[in-house]
Amino acid sequence: MLEVAGLTSHYGRIQALQGIDVRVGEGELVAIVGANGAGKTTLLRTISGVQAASAGSVRFAGQDITHMPPHGRVRLGICQVPEGRQVFGPLAVEDNLKLGAFTRPGHEIEAQLAGIYRLFPGLGDKRAEPAGTLSGGQQQMLSIGRAIMARPKLLLLDEPSMGLAPLLVEEIFRTIVALKAEGTTILLVEQNAHAALAIADRGYVLETGRVSFEDTGAALLGNDRVRAAYLGL
Amino acid sequence: MSSQFVQFLIAGINAGAIYALIALGFAIIYNASHVINFAQGEFVMLGGMMTVFLLALGMPLPIAVLLAIAATAVAGMVLEKLAIEPARGASVVTLIIITIGASILLRGLVQVAMGRNFHRVPPFTGDDPIPVLGAALLPQNLWVCGVTVLAVLALRWFFTRTMWGKAILATSHNRLAAELVGINVRLVMLVSFGLSGALGALAGVLIAPITLTHANVGIMLGLKGFCAAILGGLGNFPGAVAGGLVLGLAEAMAAGYLSSQYKDAVAFVLILAVLFFLPGGLMGRGSTERV
Repeated sequence: MLEVAGLTSHYGRIQALQGIDVRVGEGELVAIVGANGAGKTTLLRTISGVQAASAGSVRFAGQDITHMPPHGRVRLGICQVPEGRQVFGPLAVEDNLKLGAFTRPGHEIEAQLAGIYRLFPGLGDKRAEPAGTLSGGQQQMLSIGRAIMARPKLLLLDEPSMGLAPLLVEEIFRTIVALKAEGTTILLVEQNAHAALAIADRGYVLETGRVSFEDTGAALLGNDRVRAAYLGL
Repeated sequence: MSSQFVQFLIAGINAGAIYALIALGFAIIYNASHVINFAQGEFVMLGGMMTVFLLALGMPLPIAVLLAIAATAVAGMVLEKLAIEPARGASVVTLIIITIGASILLRGLVQVAMGRNFHRVPPFTGDDPIPVLGAALLPQNLWVCGVTVLAVLALRWFFTRTMWGKAILATSHNRLAAELVGINVRLVMLVSFGLSGALGALAGVLIAPITLTHANVGIMLGLKGFCAAILGGLGNFPGAVAGGLVLGLAEAMAAGYLSSQYKDAVAFVLILAVLFFLPGGLMGRGSTERV
């Protein structure tokens, strides 16, 4: 479904991605793990289009989207949940969700909203409140909910567990597994490598802008070098 | 209430409504791009001067007014497309300087095309003053206030009730997130400049029958609108309207009771006072973000 080939990207003169090959099949949950600054977030940003690729290609459902603007990619079904939640703070929770469905036809929105409130009951209770007043955990749910409103074919999750209490982290991971079970294809970037690889079909380990390991989630969890370098085991 | 006071009140509300429209134009562009568009005053000038031009071609007044507003909206979008968008990624200061350059260009073009004389736009519905409590109210004053109220209500509806309005607000709060939900942020910029152009032109057309218009009318009106926007808190829509009214009334009272020579100074004294004591503007409030 998603094929990234030889992808490079720069911030000014700093090369953040040095030729990355990543593939995500339909219905798969693929995890990208690695240290800070390895290029995980940049990879997601280049796939969603908010960061320009300098070389290489991104193909989605057989179509070359390397130079497509981000709003075009959302229409194709690629939705990113950005790092640090990035909700529209002063706007109401429900407006945040409705904006998530900006590219969808209007008649779908009510049913979609009801679905999100079933998934995250806490959001329904606060639908009229400004998103900026929610707790960190609720903002993360809102950020995920907003992306689901667009009915993504490919969901890009950037550090969804960052800065959350352990109980909330568990809830987020349960949600990710539930979304996969519904058939959403997911590319998950996580600092919490152990938890991410445990639920992933396959995983990639990124190191200074390159893929250093690629295997099934279980195999990576059992790989001694990965364990030593990234899992602290 | 003395008739004098009523007369000053009418003048103040009239000017305040015009400042409010101009301030709203500043607020819309500021929200979309964090740019203070110093060509906003030229939109006001274009509205009045294009109406003059179209009337000279023999068009009826209503058509000329609507066309002038539409043409200024297009001018705003052209400005965005040709001058702001190519500089995408440049610092905000650079963009502000670009808008100053654009304002000089627009003023120059109009001077070359139409000279530096004063022009008059006929009032929309007659000249006969209506006596109110001993003061004289012009029919055009009613047009200014009525149309401003309608424009403010329409904007309010647009930004709180329509998905496109909310998309523009969302872009101003968080550009990255707006891109990620599929909002075309370049189109948002274009729409914002078009909308600001239309608001500025509307102000220019409404005021032209009362104060006359000329190629340099936009400098002072733009600065006053900017003051009103700062007074209310930059980027705050109700604040822009309130700031416009406060400024208009303060000016009219100062001109009436002190000296009309100090009229223009009032705006700048007010702005200094606000920046010293209420840096967030009259309607500024603490942010309610958790991180």
